[in-house]
Amino acid sequence: MTASARSRVALGIAALAGVTFGAGLVISGMTQPARIVGFLDPLDGWDPSLAFVMAGAVAVYAVAHAAVRRRARPWLDARFELPGRGSVDAPLVAGAAVFGIGWGLGGFCPGPSIVAAAGGSVGAIVFVMAMLAGMHVRHRLAA
Amino acid sequence: MASNWLLGLLGGALIGAGSALLLVTHGRIAGISGIAGGLVERAAADRAWRLAFLAGLAAAGIAAAAVLPGAIGAPVRSLGAMAVAGLLVGFGARLGDGCTSGHGVCGLSRGSVRSLVAVATFMVTGAITAIVAGRLS
Repeated sequence: MTASARSRVALGIAALAGVTFGAGLVISGMTQPARIVGFLDPLDGWDPSLAFVMAGAVAVYAVAHAAVRRRARPWLDARFELPGRGSVDAPLVAGAAVFGIGWGLGGFCPGPSIVAAAGGSVGAIVFVMAMLAGMHVRHRLAA
Repeated sequence: MASNWLLGLLGGALIGAGSALLLVTHGRIAGISGIAGGLVERAAADRAWRLAFLAGLAAAGIAAAAVLPGAIGAPVRSLGAMAVAGLLVGFGARLGDGCTSGHGVCGLSRGSVRSLVAVATFMVTGAITAIVAGRLS
């Protein structure tokens, strides 16, 4: 394969990964904010079914992760870009805490918000624009 | 309710499969906030695969809106609240190095202690917020 054909295949597979991921979000109910809020709020007729989403995802991904651990490089790229074993620090906990507040308020996390925005939800479009702005703010503060 | 559990498992397996495909072929973590954040922050050379993945994600949303009405749920808060929520999610995910996908799916699968702490933290603050916001609105 030529380099450009190889890079087109790589982009096509990245898009396929995105479609598969997005279809999973839709089928599992993650693109319905009322379901997310119903899962996070156990005092109001708790809907525990979203816990099965994480269980299904982890079950599949853990197998793939175990399978590639000893490989030197991925199929279509020069190297693995995976996070190291860092320690738990204040930015991690503070960031996760802030993220959770936004998640519980809007009922969207990043993936489902992008899927729902593309599906025409005005609330999700507003959410995604604000999310990108929030990422930009974090980037400017870190620079 | 039982069908919700099955659809959750099936959908979850697809989320895991999409993430696994990106890991095996590109060697990348399928963390949506990291992928989108990289577009906001990084140089052009690293952009193509991120845009391709996000375009796939968006295509799933367009298809869902066309064939599965109701799959894209209505917002549960006002547009102003959605803007605040989005800001917090974007800022928090980048400060904490990940979201439900990167820390949740990928991190928990890898046995990362940082991800376990992050998931426990955002589950607690998410639950508190959902409970409080549900009583106020």
